[in-house]
Amino acid sequence: MSVFAELTGQDAVVAQLRNAVAGAMTHAWLFTGPPGAGREIAARAFASALLCPYGGCGECPSCRQVRAGTHADLLLVRPQGLSYGVKETRDLVLRAAGAPSGGRWLVVLFEDADRSTEAAANALLKAIEEPAPRTVWLLCAPSAEDLVTTIRSRCRVMTLRVPPSEAVAEALARRDGIDYDRALAAARAAQGSIDKARRLALDASAAARREAVLKVPLQSVSLGPALAAAATLVKSAEDEAKAMTEELDEPERGKLRQAFGEGSTGKGVAKAMRGMAGAMKELEDRQKSRATRVKRDTLDSALLELAAFYRDVLMLQVGADVELANADHLSDLRRLASGTRPEATLRRMQAVMKCRERVAQNVAPLLAVEELTISLLPG
Amino acid sequence: MLACMGSLVPFTLVVGEEEFLVDRAVREALAQAREALAELSGGGGGDGDLNDMEASALTQGELTALTSPSLFGGGSVVILRNAQNAAKEIAAELVKYAKSSVPDAAVILTHAGGVKGKALVTDLAKAKVHQVDCPKVTRAGDRADFVRNEFRRVRRRADPDAVRALLDAIGGDLRELASAVDQLASDTDGQIDAAVVARYYRGRAEATGFSVADHAVEGRLNEALEQLRWALATGTAPVLITSALATGVRLLGRVGGAPRGANANALAAEVGAPPWKIDRIRQQLRGWHPDGVAKALQAVAQADSQVKGGGVSPEYALERVIRQIVAYRAASPR
Ligand SMILES: [Zn+2]
Repeated sequence: MSVFAELTGQDAVVAQLRNAVAGAMTHAWLFTGPPGAGREIAARAFASALLCPYGGCGECPSCRQVRAGTHADLLLVRPQGLSYGVKETRDLVLRAAGAPSGGRWLVVLFEDADRSTEAAANALLKAIEEPAPRTVWLLCAPSAEDLVTTIRSRCRVMTLRVPPSEAVAEALARRDGIDYDRALAAARAAQGSIDKARRLALDASAAARREAVLKVPLQSVSLGPALAAAATLVKSAEDEAKAMTEELDEPERGKLRQAFGEGSTGKGVAKAMRGMAGAMKELEDRQKSRATRVKRDTLDSALLELAAFYRDVLMLQVGADVELANADHLSDLRRLASGTRPEATLRRMQAVMKCRERVAQNVAPLLAVEELTISLLPG
Repeated sequence: MLACMGSLVPFTLVVGEEEFLVDRAVREALAQAREALAELSGGGGGDGDLNDMEASALTQGELTALTSPSLFGGGSVVILRNAQNAAKEIAAELVKYAKSSVPDAAVILTHAGGVKGKALVTDLAKAKVHQVDCPKVTRAGDRADFVRNEFRRVRRRADPDAVRALLDAIGGDLRELASAVDQLASDTDGQIDAAVVARYYRGRAEATGFSVADHAVEGRLNEALEQLRWALATGTAPVLITSALATGVRLLGRVGGAPRGANANALAAEVGAPPWKIDRIRQQLRGWHPDGVAKALQAVAQADSQVKGGGVSPEYALERVIRQIVAYRAASPR
């Protein structure tokens, strides 16, 4: 199966990428699109197609290595913390200056390129301005505006759209064997994000988080319950984030211990153990910084769900015939729609957006969400 | 089986999930084993080889190899962590080993103590190994017991008020509590009471922040501002003060929203405050109306955003929000 089959509902982008593989090539590409639209999936499929002798067959050793992240001519960069520094970027630029070991291209896939610091972006710019003849840069960022103009203007921008819920549901049913109706409800709730839809359908902590979020509007009737709802929302987002990071943390620590030959005995062991302590500390620092990021992202995604809930309410209030993200909570939506006015709904949506800004500004999450649930109170 | 200094404890089982206590139990068992091994080797040899690893990484037969007498003598210590993750065959091997342990070797095993791998704990108990329990310390009463115990460890006495004052000033982190007890014990003489604790910990950032918050929600503007200036002058980070203000106002809203006759302990657990604090909050509530509390909390959110880089000076933002809190209290219909 072609590697591009993974790109759910992105026909326009796929056509351009196929053209490029066939010869219309550029050295720098920027993949943008809303969270979950599949920027990284698209970039990876493109990398696979560039490296594969058959244009992205999905089956050959090269394609398999790309999937496993072990391909010698694919440099994968995935910033783990809140930002990506200049030192790491310089190392990357140096490695990217080499020649491919086997095929036509050396591909650098830089996920979340918007997380590079200003100095890092400058280091990156030089490499993109004067690329090595066989090197291709694939950058991913939520939107083109997230990168400095100088970099943006040198990249060919591929904008992924939000795929329709049906396309996402079909992909989930086909690939993960999830029951179609359940997949469709999850896809609607996830508003086009395939990863999120999959998590909602398969992971209990994510589903619990969504339920906690959707209880907030009806629970915020007076101050005490509104504050309790805020606490539950933040807690459930933190639980989900914790489940996500723990899944990553422990295997990483295990790998490190193995690398230091844990379990061996004899004279050199004490020294090796000390070396391991240092490396472990470094790993834990990186994990901590990633945990902070995941926590913030999870809370933001919970807030987007809340915004979608109020958008649904507004759609009912104005009688618009559109797909509701929370069709599986229709009676709650109707209750709120008939009990309040559209102006109040708009005001509440603005309050959710303000809360997102607060969280991005580093305001204590609980405090920011409390400010929000107070704004949701009637009157 | 009791461990006396000097004699080697062949097998120690540390059971529980309280990380700080588990770490300490392992450290102590290790120190004790090394001392005993040094003594056994007549002071001439080393204090033994050390292997510290996850129990899940242990392969079959490896334990025998790790504990067999080394060519150079000196014995060995094997620390096996998270024995609940050990495979069945390995667990069986551990039990077998515990029943017939090797001279010159000490095994220290940690186990989370949950349902997972529970049979191993039961079987080891039957084999009469030395067991140290480190259950999670979660309830307020348990934390107070912990602090009392810490004072006992350093052979000092502290009265109940001192214990409470320390918990109030330091919070629930066992590591910090233990080091505070150590510091008090080494820096003071005689009975430790609340006044002694206050003398040492009044300057702590959190304590100062909370005192600013208490003055503010109780409507004492001048005292609150005075505390604020002092706190900032002594280097308390502004974010700690907004955080304390948020806690103070939030608890008004949470406790005020609960049924009047609600049980203080249950309520404390629900809103995340120490039980003794509930009474004080109920008194503070007398001056407040829910609308005022709501506005005050939103003002704190605004201040937190300003303190974290919203363009105004943190001092100004904090002073302003304290004035707002006091004003919203006064505006509440009685
Ligand atoms: Zn292929």
